[in-house]
Amino acid sequence: MDIVVCVKRVPLTEEVDLVIDGQKKGIKKDQLAFVLNDWDNYAIEEAVLLTEKHGGTVTAITVGNEDDEEVLRRCLAMGADRAIRIEAGDTSRFDSFGISKMLSRVVKDLPFDLVFTGVLADDDYCGMVGMMVAEQLGITHANMVTAIEIEDGKVRTTSELEGGLGEVSLIELPALLAIQTGINEPRYVSILGIRKAAKKELKVMDLSELGMSDEELSPMAIIDEVYLPPETEGAQILAGDPDKIASDFLEILTKKGVME
Amino acid sequence: MSELFVVAEHRLGEIREITFEMLWKAGELAQEHSHTVTAILLGHEVSPIAESISDRADKIIIFDDERLKNFNADIYKETIAGLIEESKPILTLIGNTSRGMELAPCLAVRAGLPLATDCIDIMFKDDKLIAQRQMYSGKIFSDVSFAPSAGYILTIRSGVFSKDRIGDRQAEIVKKDFPLKDMPLKKDFIEFVETAAGDVDISQAELLISVGRGIGEEENISLVKELAEALNGVVSCSRPIVDKNWLPKHLQVGTSGKSVSPKVYIAVGISGAFQHMAGVSGAGTIIAINKDPKAPIFRTADYGIVDDLFKIVPVLKDRVLETKKG
Ligand SMILES: Cc1cc2nc3c(=O)[nH]c(=O)nc-3n(C[C@H](O)[C@H](O)[C@H](O)COP(=O)(O)OP(=O)(O)OC[C@H]3O[C@@H](n4cnc5c(N)ncnc54)[C@H](O)[C@@H]3O)c2cc1C
Ligand SMILES: Nc1ncnc2c1ncn2[C@@H]1O[C@H](COP(=O)(O)O)[C@@H](O)[C@H]1O
Repeated sequence: MDIVVCVKRVPLTEEVDLVIDGQKKGIKKDQLAFVLNDWDNYAIEEAVLLTEKHGGTVTAITVGNEDDEEVLRRCLAMGADRAIRIEAGDTSRFDSFGISKMLSRVVKDLPFDLVFTGVLADDDYCGMVGMMVAEQLGITHANMVTAIEIEDGKVRTTSELEGGLGEVSLIELPALLAIQTGINEPRYVSILGIRKAAKKELKVMDLSELGMSDEELSPMAIIDEVYLPPETEGAQILAGDPDKIASDFLEILTKKGVME
Repeated sequence: MSELFVVAEHRLGEIREITFEMLWKAGELAQEHSHTVTAILLGHEVSPIAESISDRADKIIIFDDERLKNFNADIYKETIAGLIEESKPILTLIGNTSRGMELAPCLAVRAGLPLATDCIDIMFKDDKLIAQRQMYSGKIFSDVSFAPSAGYILTIRSGVFSKDRIGDRQAEIVKKDFPLKDMPLKKDFIEFVETAAGDVDISQAELLISVGRGIGEEENISLVKELAEALNGVVSCSRPIVDKNWLPKHLQVGTSGKSVSPKVYIAVGISGAFQHMAGVSGAGTIIAINKDPKAPIFRTADYGIVDDLFKIVPVLKDRVLETKKG
């Protein structure tokens, strides 16, 4: 069972005042901390669990710059066998179409039974790259996958639908599965583990090696402008010291009839 | 003048509300730009579903076949790609749902059309299509435009448009022969499975105290449980808490959990992602406790406490207990 997992490094944005960049095309990222996209963390763990059980290899792949290798090393420490980084310069000039074309171009020549992506990337919230890779590879797929079992040459998946309903399918291999959070419990990665994994192969390929040009990767969807959320009335903030806040809090609960 | 396609979503014989919402938005755009609205309906024995939207579209194209009894993205993709090629609609709207998110990206690649997902508004500015969407969990908005194309595909977030009927329409029903009777299927539907019900039903609770990732560690959940106990309320949670197995799935609020409608909903360390907030749209009053003043939840909550939950929650609990003692 050879599994390729597409992973992305994303900025942490909670408790941060995001600042729009001068071009109004994105946010300033130089002060932000970055992590492996939450969904991809589950995807890597699932791939490692499956190969631990059924044998085979796990390859982690990302389109990104040198800093993004940090998440590939994390994947290697979690148990991936090798990693590939597609060097494409400033990736913000591409859309999901472009990213998915690069990924499928590389994956096509790898041995694989399964390709995993996350359902979403925590930064752009697009949820596009996975299924686009599947279509470009011409393989079938499942989305929002919360359970996987391998059954003689096929894979049994559960996909999450709205309202807590799951849909079980039996799928031919090769297939692409977009992994949903909660499918497993991703293992802890120590600094030592990451250092140890440094011996594993991390290959870098650039666009010319892929035989791809900027033209064929030119975006179909373009961010015109980003901006802060329009003002809304918003919540009435309970201000003052904790004692005052507690009094106001109790008053609201009483008024709304949930305090006996 | 062109057609606006709306891919009707239904499940277990019932139309999904997102279909009404997309038809409403398509109807509004059609009125402004003299387009027509065409609903695309794939399924088996779907006449009642067609009936339920017949006053909301100008045309309903129906593919009714045994093989369409269960949703299959590969079949949907091929069928709809054929229709797009034939009619060249300027827009194709698909729900940003579990199924829509599987279908739309494949269809976009297959049909060679630009796609924007999870749109919260659609505008034509000087004939140029603009899709509004959110990034960074709602902390940033963006306007997306597109390379020139004969048509565009957009997926639409649930709950942002009205479910009402717009304009006066009486749909012409067009039944088409299903073209893919022999297409080999690489994916077989097996069954639906439901989340196990638990001992408490949060959808019935009057007061919910809901815990999110801001709680940090599993053992800290006791803080929230104690507040809930003091208030005689019920504990619920956001998805990451269930993903980590800290609380059972039947306590999860949101699109992939439960919809709740308590008199008061107290969100502790929850950022307010739309998948979460969609589950509390029926709540009477929402009180959010979060130490990030920019957390999106403060945009929809009625009351906010901007503070460290570890400081404020114990104070709240003590005051509740004191007051009760009288
Ligand atoms: C298909 C799909 C379905 C989904 N369904 C659901 C669903 O049904 N329900 C759901 O909840 N989510 C769902 N999600 C996930 C959703 O997108 C968010 O990731 C999730 O709601 C975030 O949960 P959270 O607010 O608890 O965590 P976070 O977004 O991480 O927010 C934690 C918050 O806690 C605050 N905080 C941190 N420390 C403290 C402190 N000491 N004191 C006070 N505040 C603090 C932070 O400022 C932050 O705002 C779904 C996602 C997808 C893709
Ligand atoms: N630059 C990238 N490199 C590798 N994989 C990516 C990249 N961007 C997105 N993905 C994959 O696609 C999934 C969905 O991302 P998105 O479509 O951007 O929301 C992510 O969870 C990743 O698995």
